[in-house]
Amino acid sequence: MDLGNLASLRYFYPELLLTAGAMLVVLVDLTLRDKSPLGEVSLVITALALLLIGLEPLSSGTWLFNRMLVFDPFAIFFRALIALAALVAVWMSIGSDEVKRCEQGEYYAVLLASTLGMFLMAESVNLLMAYLALEFVSLTSYVLTGIMKRNRRSQEAALKYLIYGGVASGMMIYGMSWIFGLAGSLDFSVINRELLAGGHGSALAVFIALVLILTGLGYKIASVPFHMWAPDVYEGAPIPITTFLAIGSKAAGFALLTRFFYPAISHLSASGNWEGLRGVEWPQLLLIICAVTMTLGNLAALQQDNMKRLLAYSSIAQAGYALMGFVLLSNDGIRAMLVYLFAYYVMDAGAFLVVMIVANATGREDIGAYRGLAARGGTVPAIALTIFLLSLTGIPATVGFIGKFYVFAAAMQRQFYVLAVIGILNSVVSLYYYMRPVRAMFLEAPEEGAARCEVEIWNYGLMGILALATVVLGLYPPPMIDFANRSIHFFVGSS
Amino acid sequence: MEMTNPLTLITFIPLAGMIVVLFCPARMKAACKWIAAAATAPQLVIALWLYEHFDTTTPAMQFVEHYPWISTYHIFYFMGVDGISISMVLLTALICFISVFASFSIDRGEKGYYALLLMLDTGMMGVFVSLDFFLFYVFWEVMLLPMYFLIGIWGGPRREYAAIKFFLYTLLGSVLILLVMLGLYYYGANPTFDMTQLAAQSASYSITFQRICWIALFVGFAIKIPAFPFHTWLPDAHVEAPTAISVILAGVLLKMGTYGILRINYAILPAASHELAWFFLGVIGTVNIVYGAMCAMAQTDYKKLIAYSSISHMGYVMLGMASFTAAGINGAVLQMFNHGTITAMLFILVGVIYDRAHHREINGFGGLAQQMPLYTGITGFAFFAGMGLPGLSAFISEVLVLLGAWQIHPIMVVLGAATAILTAGYLLWCFQRIYLGPLNEKYKGFADLTFREGFTLVPLAVLVLFLGWYPHAVLVLLQNSLNHLNQVVLTAGPAAAIALH
Repeated sequence: MDLGNLASLRYFYPELLLTAGAMLVVLVDLTLRDKSPLGEVSLVITALALLLIGLEPLSSGTWLFNRMLVFDPFAIFFRALIALAALVAVWMSIGSDEVKRCEQGEYYAVLLASTLGMFLMAESVNLLMAYLALEFVSLTSYVLTGIMKRNRRSQEAALKYLIYGGVASGMMIYGMSWIFGLAGSLDFSVINRELLAGGHGSALAVFIALVLILTGLGYKIASVPFHMWAPDVYEGAPIPITTFLAIGSKAAGFALLTRFFYPAISHLSASGNWEGLRGVEWPQLLLIICAVTMTLGNLAALQQDNMKRLLAYSSIAQAGYALMGFVLLSNDGIRAMLVYLFAYYVMDAGAFLVVMIVANATGREDIGAYRGLAARGGTVPAIALTIFLLSLTGIPATVGFIGKFYVFAAAMQRQFYVLAVIGILNSVVSLYYYMRPVRAMFLEAPEEGAARCEVEIWNYGLMGILALATVVLGLYPPPMIDFANRSIHFFVGSS
Repeated sequence: MEMTNPLTLITFIPLAGMIVVLFCPARMKAACKWIAAAATAPQLVIALWLYEHFDTTTPAMQFVEHYPWISTYHIFYFMGVDGISISMVLLTALICFISVFASFSIDRGEKGYYALLLMLDTGMMGVFVSLDFFLFYVFWEVMLLPMYFLIGIWGGPRREYAAIKFFLYTLLGSVLILLVMLGLYYYGANPTFDMTQLAAQSASYSITFQRICWIALFVGFAIKIPAFPFHTWLPDAHVEAPTAISVILAGVLLKMGTYGILRINYAILPAASHELAWFFLGVIGTVNIVYGAMCAMAQTDYKKLIAYSSISHMGYVMLGMASFTAAGINGAVLQMFNHGTITAMLFILVGVIYDRAHHREINGFGGLAQQMPLYTGITGFAFFAGMGLPGLSAFISEVLVLLGAWQIHPIMVVLGAATAILTAGYLLWCFQRIYLGPLNEKYKGFADLTFREGFTLVPLAVLVLFLGWYPHAVLVLLQNSLNHLNQVVLTAGPAAAIALH
């Protein structure tokens, strides 16, 4: 189906709600003297958006707005994931001391707008639309990163983010112009038809175009070699925003990456595996990127003493594992990627939440602040952080293990043995740095005069939910897996 | 009495206990202890019930439970025991029960300690009853974490180092197991994690594939045994671990390595087992025996000495497994059981003196026999058991191992048997330095064994004596399953050799 503008609107309720919500926040901010309900208002809006996504009809899909966007199971998965990420980010913002010192109206309005942009990234089936959505997300992210106006680190991070982002998106749009030149269209399905038909001239030209596009997308998911911004930005941004970038923005990047590299330039063969363009070796390139991303992220994380930087490098490595599912050119691989991203959402959000709790209590983010946490009244956050970090390592009975299991199983199925071995050795290396905060919290004595760890009830609630989800989905993953299974379906037209 | 799902119960009762402990206020220290005791006691009762109801006439899996779990990868919640695992289930239940009482001297963070101990218990029991490879792996890994904390929080001065070393070593081993698990899943005609099915289709695995998997699995399991040269984490872990944790480590954890080799390497990769065991189990096992004993001789730390003696004695298990004779392989598993009870005793005995003196320097004692006669008596008994004196349980198992291996690997047997002299040497020398001679003035006020300490030691001592005279009580469980397994390996070996030509 190919729906026009008005007919599309009924598939567009979550986005409409977010748009209205962002404006509502601005209005409430203008009229109310007390800004404190803004967080709660935004929380309700994101929760409603999530609910609307849940209520959407299940169908094989349709094009919206004259083939600018698509509504299909794959898009539903990522919109749900992004909405969940926004929900967590807003919830964390309510309990964050850093955010309380910012301009509330701008903060929540831009956060909701950014969520909208990520939704659009997950739905775009037109290069122009994809570029606009990606830029929209980038611009809002720069603002959110630099929202702490009197904090030099935050300002520096925003500037770095902006500069890297400008370069990456410039290269990306250049690559898109090559694709337009080769295929004569910006529409994914036309690109697919034209490029697969083979009348596109040089394979090298296509490859160069793909590499350029990969620059922009690799920057969004923070894969090596476009990861340099991540540690500084993650460290400088307020923690809820760091979380939002780490889980939401990354998910949106993976959504667009997958939609472009799978349904747009590859096709699904009868065997259930995907075939790329003949002569265009992007899978090999991504294979190397994936292995290097995992390894470099983990090795760099070994050196970090600041928890936000540690988790920043860890999230680079985690993106490497998700990429491992991506490069396999199989539906099992895509499923593994979806499962991994979902698992990553739960555990990484949890880990950042505890970092925020500790930062609230002590004003510090270095590992030293975690020393003796369990003995300073922070036993519950300490246990929760342990669960999240073990999950990030991939120890069984946590959701992270299920994610890794699916990724490695998919790699073994496609006989990528070397990649699987690299991935598995990486998880052993990662244990070392993930256990450092755990060791500090439980095994080391508190520092002289360290503050007690007080936890607000809001944060307790979210932490409990995430920790429970980490363990329950680790022991009984079928709901998560069924969701991923249903979502490996791209709408590519009715033919 | 009828019981449905006894294996689920025996595995998860400690976990239920853990949850109760977690909800128990931290101030109620005594309550945590007794909840832990109350959670491990029914486990022991169920283990005895299993022993009573176990059908010794068949090598088949018994008390089977089979439920779907994760359907995309055909993963099942599949439990069952045969002769090999039931002996380990009995050992685990006994050692866990005793280690709770051996933990009563822990005086800080009781709540966390007992919660972790119970979680460890569930993990270990789960490993021995799982028949789905995925489930096995989950339990195998779940166990690492409590062990890390138990060593890392309640351990000695270098506990952090020992704990992370243990964790990294074993995780490295287990990821290899994970890879093989996935490899096996995709290799066969029907993708499955069911160990019995994997074993049933083992004839279709090519010998090269079997060799690669076998060696990767071996490394994974050898780290746990621990086999030379992967043993270096063990002395560190033992020296730093609190008494009860050393008891569990030596009593149960090490057996998982050899159990894994029997359950997975032997059953699923029989042809490679037949081909590779002589070196990886026979030669390395002999190295373990000799090298462990020599290291033990050089130690001045009482606990480290026992730790190395434990490495040495695990070598007999490996040697017996490499023999592929009925006597050897039965002796090996019997030795696993006996080693569990005897080293548990030894570590408790080390703990007793450490609780009083707060050090373990062998040369720093002397003449304790005068001050603590009962303690000295039981130590003597345990040392004799460790030396393999006739009439005590280890004698039977070591002799079976040596007899079985003699037909195949005579040189190794000579070396292994000769090490008995070294063993006697370091144990007697240690005994002499600690217990005999003039009493060191510093230790004049030491009390003899308390009732609690006696309670942890006597049941083990009785069992050691009983199995010394009536090994049949355990062997009857083992022999059907083991002989069947042995037969599988023996027939697969030549078959693969023929296929090669």
